[in-house]
Amino acid sequence: MQARLGLLPLDISGVSLGRVKRAREEPFDRDAAYMLPTPDTSHVAYERVYEPAEDSFLLLDTLSSATETAFLQTRFGEGYAPLVVEVGPGSGVVIAFVNAQAQALFGSRNVLTAAVDVNGYACKATGETARKAALENATTHGSFLGALQGDLVAPVRDRLVDVLIFNPPYVPTPELPKQPRQADLPALDAKPSFDDDSYMLSLSYAGGRDGMETTDRLIDSLPQVLSTKGCAYILLCAQNKPEQVKQRILGFGEAWKVATVGSSGKQAGWEKLQIIRIWVE
Amino acid sequence: MKVLSLNFLTCAVKACKSSSNSYPLHPKDAELVQDDLEVNAQLLLNLLPRIDWTALSTTATELGFPALPPQAPSVEELQSDEKKLRDLHNLLMETQIMEGKLVCANCGHEYAVREGIANFLLPSHLV
Repeated sequence: MQARLGLLPLDISGVSLGRVKRAREEPFDRDAAYMLPTPDTSHVAYERVYEPAEDSFLLLDTLSSATETAFLQTRFGEGYAPLVVEVGPGSGVVIAFVNAQAQALFGSRNVLTAAVDVNGYACKATGETARKAALENATTHGSFLGALQGDLVAPVRDRLVDVLIFNPPYVPTPELPKQPRQADLPALDAKPSFDDDSYMLSLSYAGGRDGMETTDRLIDSLPQVLSTKGCAYILLCAQNKPEQVKQRILGFGEAWKVATVGSSGKQAGWEKLQIIRIWVE
Repeated sequence: MKVLSLNFLTCAVKACKSSSNSYPLHPKDAELVQDDLEVNAQLLLNLLPRIDWTALSTTATELGFPALPPQAPSVEELQSDEKKLRDLHNLLMETQIMEGKLVCANCGHEYAVREGIANFLLPSHLV
């Protein structure tokens, strides 16, 4: 793991280790501690797809917490079929969990889920993770529509997304990796080179200035992409200046609300993660 | 990708967003597979109001399905007609596009679909 990071093209000066290594440092039987099983991602090639880590697990725990399931169930009551879209799913652990546990999270199996990732291998991994998790939760899962390759929500029609989930590339880096065009990434049937793999991984964590360059673009698109009932869950680290981010969202207008609904790494320091929920009232 | 996805997607080119020609995208040389899934009638009923029926009719015809009625069925109609429900389930939920292209009628760009994954990353000249 460390050797791989050591060869990444950007100087990340150890910053990304917090994001990548934590899950390994803390042996922890998640499924014993929580009732809902974590989706199996053992098929995922972590040399080119972001491996589930503390941030991913914080999203699972937050989305299945009593306060958030109550929020989701009140907001998307009976007679509705919410569309949940995860941007940047990586291994697919989060969206596969949401889909597999639709009954527990939304109180209903009438839930549509989908994902968009810039990395085609992540799309493939996500499809497989979602398929496996649905098989293992045959009586509780929603309907996974598919994963597609793209830049944030560019191909999604306006005002359709009811729940948007984003675990962004949030690590501050001297510069943002080149944002990929069609020709910059290997085709799905090609054998990616080591440089390809490094590039794809860098897209999963490197956030540029304040670690916010990509998240800022996503936040800018929220008024356009969210439905009238829409809400978004976005993960931030302390270096992203969460209070400034919240102020910016409140600036969209009086109807816009934002709250911290999950956090981890309580000790003071830059590793602290939080999840903000954004919604319109 | 399920056929239902096409009802939610449009061309990724910014300049196309405002043109009605960019929606729906048109499948070309599509290879389909059929999954065998249990019908969730309540999901389809809940979904009905959020489906763009005109776009779905276009998609269905272009994929070689029998033409849909010009108007969306009402919830009551769908509830009482098991065949309609089953057909809609088959089209939206069971049919997947595995290979082929999705074409924007406004800019002409063709998005490739491989292994069930549509690639909406743009070439440099369209960004």
